[in-house]
Amino acid sequence: MTTGLLIVQILNGLQFGILLFLVAAGLTLVFGVMDFINLAHGVQYMLGAYLAVTFVALTGSFVLGLVLALAAALIFGLALEFLVFRHLYERDHLDQVLATFGLILLLNQGVKMIWGAAPLSVPLPAFLTGNVALMDGILYPTYRFALIGSGLAVGALLWFIVEKTRTGMLLRAGASNAPMVSALGVDIRKLFMIVFAFGTMLAGFAGAMAAPILSVEPGMGDTVLILAFVVIVIGGIGSIRGAFVAALIVGLVDTLGRSFMNDLLRLFMSAPSARATGAALSSMLIYLLMAVVLFVRPEGLLPARGRT
Amino acid sequence: MAEPVLVLDAVRKSFGALKVTDGVSLAVAPGELHALIGPNGAGKTTLVHQISGMLTPDDGTIRFRGQDVTAFNAEKRARHGLARTFQITSTIASLSALENVALGVQAKASHPLSFFRNAASDERLNRPARAALDAVGLSERANVPAGSLSHGEKRALEIAMALALEPAAILLDEPLAGVGKEEGERLITLLKSLKGRYAMLLVEHDMEAVFALADTVSVLVYGRVIASGDPSAVRADPAVREAYLGEEG
Amino acid sequence: MSAATTTAEVTSVAPPRERAKILLPAILFLLLALAPLAVTIGMPAGWLALLTRALIFAIAALSLDLILGVGGLVSFGHAAFLGIGAYVTGIMITEGRSEALAILPVILGVCALFGAITGAICLRTRGVAFIMITLAFGQMVYFLAQALSAYGGDDGLTLYEKSTLLGFNPFASRTSFYYSVLIALAGAYLLVRGLVASRFGRVLRAARENPTRVSVTGFDVNKVRLVAYVISGMLAGLSGFFLANHTEFVSPAFMSWQRSGELIFMAVLGGVGSLHGAIIGAIAYLIAEDALSHLTEHWRVIFGPMIILFVLFTRGGIVGMLRKLGPRHG
Repeated sequence: MTTGLLIVQILNGLQFGILLFLVAAGLTLVFGVMDFINLAHGVQYMLGAYLAVTFVALTGSFVLGLVLALAAALIFGLALEFLVFRHLYERDHLDQVLATFGLILLLNQGVKMIWGAAPLSVPLPAFLTGNVALMDGILYPTYRFALIGSGLAVGALLWFIVEKTRTGMLLRAGASNAPMVSALGVDIRKLFMIVFAFGTMLAGFAGAMAAPILSVEPGMGDTVLILAFVVIVIGGIGSIRGAFVAALIVGLVDTLGRSFMNDLLRLFMSAPSARATGAALSSMLIYLLMAVVLFVRPEGLLPARGRT
Repeated sequence: MAEPVLVLDAVRKSFGALKVTDGVSLAVAPGELHALIGPNGAGKTTLVHQISGMLTPDDGTIRFRGQDVTAFNAEKRARHGLARTFQITSTIASLSALENVALGVQAKASHPLSFFRNAASDERLNRPARAALDAVGLSERANVPAGSLSHGEKRALEIAMALALEPAAILLDEPLAGVGKEEGERLITLLKSLKGRYAMLLVEHDMEAVFALADTVSVLVYGRVIASGDPSAVRADPAVREAYLGEEG
Repeated sequence: MSAATTTAEVTSVAPPRERAKILLPAILFLLLALAPLAVTIGMPAGWLALLTRALIFAIAALSLDLILGVGGLVSFGHAAFLGIGAYVTGIMITEGRSEALAILPVILGVCALFGAITGAICLRTRGVAFIMITLAFGQMVYFLAQALSAYGGDDGLTLYEKSTLLGFNPFASRTSFYYSVLIALAGAYLLVRGLVASRFGRVLRAARENPTRVSVTGFDVNKVRLVAYVISGMLAGLSGFFLANHTEFVSPAFMSWQRSGELIFMAVLGGVGSLHGAIIGAIAYLIAEDALSHLTEHWRVIFGPMIILFVLFTRGGIVGMLRKLGPRHG
């Protein structure tokens, strides 16, 4: 375990965390403001990636492809909201879970039918290839830096909107007490739509940005979705700050855990058992973390103000 | 003078900067009906939640039957004999009136959570439940789902559910809320029949009911008790008239 | 029943009403007992295997209905228990212990332990968070199974023999396998039904509608829910035992979250909370899945919207629809 490797893995962990944050931020708002459990959020992430594949290939430009993909993802998300989600806001969680589950089946299969089952990829944009030299010979891919950077930028934008604008204030109010906001005369339908649109865009953006470095395949949204759930639960439902902190923690724990668990265990046990236990433990690590946090602080690390 | 069943000592609770309960002390003797009145927003329901264990006070103590129950949760207090009714009716709508009451009887039974034997046909639970329904005048409606009862009947059911616990004290949170004149009179007669048998803390807006039933009246304004004592004395108290009764005329 | 009952929204959460609720399950089990004879009237041979599989999932769906339909807890990780049961079976058989009476206590013990620990944590949350956490724990078990490289890892583990019971071979022939599962299902059904009608069950049911009221009556709602959660987990583990023997193969896919979602759908399809509805739902689901998958490789594209439409437009599942069609039982 060298310092260089450690630094690279820390950066990888941060990058993964940022990605999770983008997916979790929209989701936590939807949970918090609308009390709506949307399992299909992971599919929005996946669609962002697939649309990026298509539009980048069509236009030949990464940036243009990204913008078009986002636009298409937004339109699709709004269509879903209109056709399906809107009818589920008043229903109980069980119905929401089932309906969005059906949506996942449909869209995962649909994606397979349209794009095929084989993993696809997006070529790295020319201006973001190569590596950045950090210090004495440690190189880190430029693109991943760009991902971290853009993720932080989006996070800052989100922070600005939520903390400094009127819409953001309504969102925060809604996250702690949605019926009250409605009773105050705010058009709750429009607020819901805005929340939903935000969430879709963020997830689609994450998917599109992840496309060049991850393999784009059906079902890729599902694992991310579950990790986003873990992030939200650790951070506190409805809390964007919580989602940010928790996402970074989860990203770091998962990445570092997988990289160094084996080495850590080798201190106590033989190589083959270390490898076996290591593999099992590192995949369970996040969930053990979640269990511990929930046991100690069921409302999450940074719960939205006003929520018990 | 007998040891009071329920004693509050300097109970305080704030939500952020808002002091909802600002040092409340009161006592209810066995068999006494102690009414708690006050304008809207005085913090009456919050106080009842603290007494029943649904909210924890920031400061002060609550003693019940000689024990400090401040740290007990709602379920523990119920098992010690503290029953309550809710301002907004809280029954199990899909269960019949009988089953709602039988649930309370079950809580006091020797095997409240047994896995075997049908609960709905268990006479050991149903007999006392029917007795409680008789006491509140709902015998005819025993098999009606609680959700289908009229508003006044639901209020009576809540009282029957409290009685099923064989409580030492009953907290009644606006039992007459939203009830029409006729059903209201029936409820007042019912509460009169319970007087002397249970210590009762009655939170109410209906002044007629309060002064017909209460042995003691306490007035809560902005989280503080501004007057407490004999009903006619409280009625005549100028501070009370100004803060509260004056508005009602 | 009086007019008051018809105006009330008596959902399927109501306790078993005497006559109606005995008739439908009795007919159901009678039909199931006679099902193997259908081969004589021309049903293809494979149909008994399909029905056996359906009954195995029926046990799992029934166990889920206890906490979901009766308890009102949307657990999205129930397949984990099924998977645990299957893996314990697979591992023990691989290690040479195929005696059912040796395997079953281990399954029940592991499921009870897992249920108690994860349930205690999950129940610290409510609503949306609860659903997510059960999902997460289910995923955790899935990854654990994948990491078991000694037992096949992601590829799964093939069973080269089936379980025996005290020297007997109940799983040897298709027919005896079917009846073994049917007997287990009947036993599970009676157990769960008795539980739901008991004092314990009443508290669980009431807590689904109004947990505050149940607490202030003097019951520890969380404790009751945890016990229900553990029992339902153990029953699902039992179905895993049968599944492993039936497919002669176990893999992490048995506990995927998609499988958990399918279990929920089975319970809801039949009529959540009605118990026998879960059995009907499991049978209906597996037959539909079988039929559709023969139609096209992309059957999920049809199934997904079917689920969505079902949720949007129906209430009460199959049992609910039967209730509306049948005569008004008194």
